[in-house]
Amino acid sequence: MSFPQPRPQAPQLPKHLLRTIDCQQGAVRAVRFNADGNYLLSCGSDKSLKLWSVSRGTLLKTYSGHGYEVLDADGSYDNSQLCSCSSDKSLILWDVATAQVTRKLRGHAGKVNCVQFNEEATVILSGSLDGTVRCWDTRSRRFEPIQVLDEARDSVSSLKVVQHELLTGSVDGRVRRYDLRMGELHVDFVSSPITCVCFSQDGQCTLSSSLDSTVRLLDKSTGEMLGEFTGHKMKGYKLDCCLSAKDTHVLSCSEDGHVYCWDLVEGSLSLKLPVGKAVVQSLSFHPTETCLLTAMEGRVQVWGVEPEETEEDAMAT
Amino acid sequence: ERGCSSVKDKDRGERGCSNEPRKKPVPLHEQTVKDEKGRYQRFHGAFTGGFSAGYFNTVGTKEGWAPSTFVSSRQQKAEKHNARPQDFMDEEDFGEHGIAPSEISTSQEFTSSRRDATREKARAVSAQAAVIPGDTLLEELIAPARSSIGVELLKRMGWKEGQGVGPRVKRKAGRQQTGSRLYGCVLPPAGSEDSEGEDEDEFAPEDVTFAPKDVTPVDFNPRLGVQGLGYRSLDPGLALMGRRDPEHMDLFRPQSETRSRLFGDKRGCRRGGVAGQAFGVGALEDDDDEEVYHRDSLSRYDTVLGGEEPGDGLYGWTAPQQYTKKRDKSKDASYLGKILEGFTLAQNPAEDHPIFPPPSLPRDYRPVHRFRPTLDASALSGVSPALAEALRVSKGHMVPEEPEHGGRHQLDSGQRRTLLGEDALQGPSSVMELLKPEDRQRLLSMRSSSNTSSTKTSQDAMPLWAGPPAEGGAASEDLRQQQEALTVWTGVQTSSQTFRPFEQNPSKQARYELYLNRLKQGDRGACGLEQSLDPGMTEWERSRERDEFVRASILYRPSSSTLTSRFTRAQGQEAEAGLEASRDQEGDVDDKQAAVNMKLFGKLTRETFEWHPDKLLCKRFNIPDPYTRYTHTHTHTQTHRYKHTHTHTHTDTHTHTNTHRYTHTHTHRYTHTYKHTQIHTHTHTQIHTHAYRHTHTHTHTHRYTHTYKYTHTHTHRYTHTHAYRHTHTHTHTHTDTHTHTNTHRYTHTHRYTHTHAYRHRHTRTHTHTHRYTHTHAYRHRHTHTHTHTHRYTHTYKHTKIHTQIHTHIQTHTDTHTHTHRYTHTHAYRHRHTHTHTHTHRYTYTQIHTYIHVHTYTHRHTHTDTHTYNVSCEYFYVNI
Repeated sequence: MSFPQPRPQAPQLPKHLLRTIDCQQGAVRAVRFNADGNYLLSCGSDKSLKLWSVSRGTLLKTYSGHGYEVLDADGSYDNSQLCSCSSDKSLILWDVATAQVTRKLRGHAGKVNCVQFNEEATVILSGSLDGTVRCWDTRSRRFEPIQVLDEARDSVSSLKVVQHELLTGSVDGRVRRYDLRMGELHVDFVSSPITCVCFSQDGQCTLSSSLDSTVRLLDKSTGEMLGEFTGHKMKGYKLDCCLSAKDTHVLSCSEDGHVYCWDLVEGSLSLKLPVGKAVVQSLSFHPTETCLLTAMEGRVQVWGVEPEETEEDAMAT
Repeated sequence: ERGCSSVKDKDRGERGCSNEPRKKPVPLHEQTVKDEKGRYQRFHGAFTGGFSAGYFNTVGTKEGWAPSTFVSSRQQKAEKHNARPQDFMDEEDFGEHGIAPSEISTSQEFTSSRRDATREKARAVSAQAAVIPGDTLLEELIAPARSSIGVELLKRMGWKEGQGVGPRVKRKAGRQQTGSRLYGCVLPPAGSEDSEGEDEDEFAPEDVTFAPKDVTPVDFNPRLGVQGLGYRSLDPGLALMGRRDPEHMDLFRPQSETRSRLFGDKRGCRRGGVAGQAFGVGALEDDDDEEVYHRDSLSRYDTVLGGEEPGDGLYGWTAPQQYTKKRDKSKDASYLGKILEGFTLAQNPAEDHPIFPPPSLPRDYRPVHRFRPTLDASALSGVSPALAEALRVSKGHMVPEEPEHGGRHQLDSGQRRTLLGEDALQGPSSVMELLKPEDRQRLLSMRSSSNTSSTKTSQDAMPLWAGPPAEGGAASEDLRQQQEALTVWTGVQTSSQTFRPFEQNPSKQARYELYLNRLKQGDRGACGLEQSLDPGMTEWERSRERDEFVRASILYRPSSSTLTSRFTRAQGQEAEAGLEASRDQEGDVDDKQAAVNMKLFGKLTRETFEWHPDKLLCKRFNIPDPYTRYTHTHTHTQTHRYKHTHTHTHTDTHTHTNTHRYTHTHTHRYTHTYKHTQIHTHTHTQIHTHAYRHTHTHTHTHRYTHTYKYTHTHTHRYTHTHAYRHTHTHTHTHTDTHTHTNTHRYTHTHRYTHTHAYRHRHTRTHTHTHRYTHTHAYRHRHTHTHTHTHRYTHTYKHTKIHTQIHTHIQTHTDTHTHTHRYTHTHAYRHRHTHTHTHTHRYTYTQIHTYIHVHTYTHRHTHTDTHTYNVSCEYFYVNI
């Protein structure tokens, strides 16, 4: 006797606002999940980086040490370290538990837009306004970068590292993919300044949003365009885009105060999530679950599929 | 006082060159030797190394010498290193009195015998490194022929050493010898004179030309004897058997007359003994005209192996030839024996290079040059113009002829370029030109406004220019600054945009620009400056303004000289694809833009470059460097076979199969078969280093010292450093078969207990414990602990004294068979499979014949880095 195949569940979208966190750190420049999605990092314009619990919305730690507003942050795979970059041209490697500065890395000539650990947290990669990507060694005591990738003609606005591949988006309108294993650099010309790049979860596609208010899904190996997502407004700000945890949807911030969510295959707009009136600065999708973080002005909002049972509800039931 | 004198005595004793008699002989214990740095040297004994050897006397000790480790990795291959004896020598050995002196010295031929000794030593040392050690015999026998290419060519053409060179000559017939007879033991003048004397007997036809006369080669051999210059001893061969005519001496043709003469064959009209005027002519001599002091000529001998080629005329070089009246140029050259292959006769004779005699020196010439004193310009102020002119014309330079440039390094690139006559660089020379015009205008206006404000404040405060110039050295400082301003501004053509520092004071600015113009024309700083200043001002104001101008001109130097020195033009595709994209590149971008507009992403918008990630970056990402991959298969087979009567058989088979993730396979297959003699020292060192996260070092050192029949010393050194993330399969199969056959005859009853305990400890990965118990002759307790990183030396000395009383006969046979099988499996993200199969087969057949009371003194000395205890106890029970 065989059970009937369960019906494929329709992909769910984070429609419901679970909570709003007022970060109290000026404008939130970026909001990021940690590696397992239990915590979030908010980068404030008041030079501080804050660690929050996603489920409770409580502040866990404040990391202060930057000299100017924090632009991006990332957590290591084992949650032991954080790295953040700032307009003060420096990167800081933090110890999570003690909130102490493990290392401060200087070398960029301009403000550092984006930062990310590699898979094993042995290298920090940072992209900067000076058009370079610098690879910093976290293992040795060297303060010079291992390698400087200066192929970009203009500011590097976004970068992502997955396994042995590094994807960078630059204001010169090119998406560059550095393949370490093959020793190759693939440059895709998109023409419009790139604001954010992402790998798909399956590693076959790249997603890039550009200032012509378009999000493009490109095939990683050939560079062919697989999908184009429009409708949102992205003209002047460096706004984020991302893919959902199961690669079903493409999400992008918009300057009209919404988060746009398209179906990846059909390209149709699935959801237009009203976040607020101002520009949605940053967003981050939970690595496994359907949970979305958005940052607008000084607030971070957590969005989920189901309205979370509040304690009163739990008491009531 | 006392000590002082003793020191003196000692000095005197050491030097041993004092005139006055030594008061007290230096006692033995005060006779010290110091090295060149004044350190005392200890004497070891003549046969153990002389004086202190090695670093702090460490030769011969354990610390004395550490063998260099062989390391070779895939990234850094070790080069093959052939050790020479010189590698183990210090500077003392290379010194004058060392064993391998290396210094420039007189060549062997021209040196005294003492120098020869040092060379011999060096030769002996180098001979140790020869193919057959110690063999210099062949080198001594065969010396390379050293001759110039001219001599070589002449020899090929048939010339022999000692023969004359030049056009053939007609020989006058019947020329009489005019030389007077010589008396006494004086040797006659050498060589060709003699043969000329013989001419009267020769047949000399009119139409035959001959080669020029032989010449005696100048002898460059050093004098070896004690005789004076020019002495030439009697040639005993000549004296005993003088010859009449110089014919070619052929030692190899038995029919040769010369040969028979040389060997004393008296078939011809030959006579022996010393003869000549000085000695008189014996009564038996019938030949009065015998030339006694006949001299041998080198031309009659072959001095080179091989000799002349056959078929080349009968007489080669000296063969008489037909004389013809027609003397053209080509015929003139026909005296050449034969023309070598590849050469042709010259059509025109070589031009004679006129040789100019050296100039005759005047009588009062002195070969010493005196430089005239140089006068500087400052000292010349009060001198009359005529004198100054005279001084200028004279050799001592009064003033530099042209404005001196600073050194090569003080010129900027533009000046060097003009000096070298190169073209100006194409393209924009400054960053400003790269900007859009409106941007540039905006930037300039911003800069000038900010500069003006800062200038204003600085003029108010005058922190930089304030303070009158200091007295004394200030004048030269001013000059230097003016010079600098001149070098900065000279030759500047484009002055479209220069900063105007005195903009709020138009007249001052005008004066400043006048000064700048003069600078640009290369005017001398001082006068140009003076002329551009306002003559109506006071001296103080003028000096102040002068300073200001000079400093401003240095401070606001033209942008071309500052900016161009800071920026270099980028090269290659990076620059072309950059902001200032060239036209093609621009078109390329346009194509891409069109493709983007048409949403034709893919090939049109994709570019792929080779990119070299840093090696460390790859390491951190835990991936292989994409540009150092390669496939390597290595197969190694070694077979050693030693045979001797005493039979020890070790069969070691190592099979290493390393399978790496990237087609990197090492297969080592070693088969060692050793059959050892009684006294044998065998050292075997194998080091394998596999790079790429995998360092595998095997060091096998086998040292067997058999001082007596029952002494075995095994030294094993294994260093296994195993890698991670690799799969290794090691199969070690050791089969040791020891067969001892001894015959003993005992007079006494012996109790034997053998306890062998072998403990092998493999570092980190595996531990082997062998425990053997033998009940056997004597009572030995052996505890072996093998740690696979060690080196040890065993020296066993056995002394035995036998005294014979009576005889018992006992035959004793033991057979031991040991079989070891080790299987190791490691699972630490990598898989190791070690299969060690040790098969020891000992067959001891010992027949001891002791016919008396024995006194054994065994001394075992072990020097081990690991624990290896051997204790031997002997029990004798007298019957």
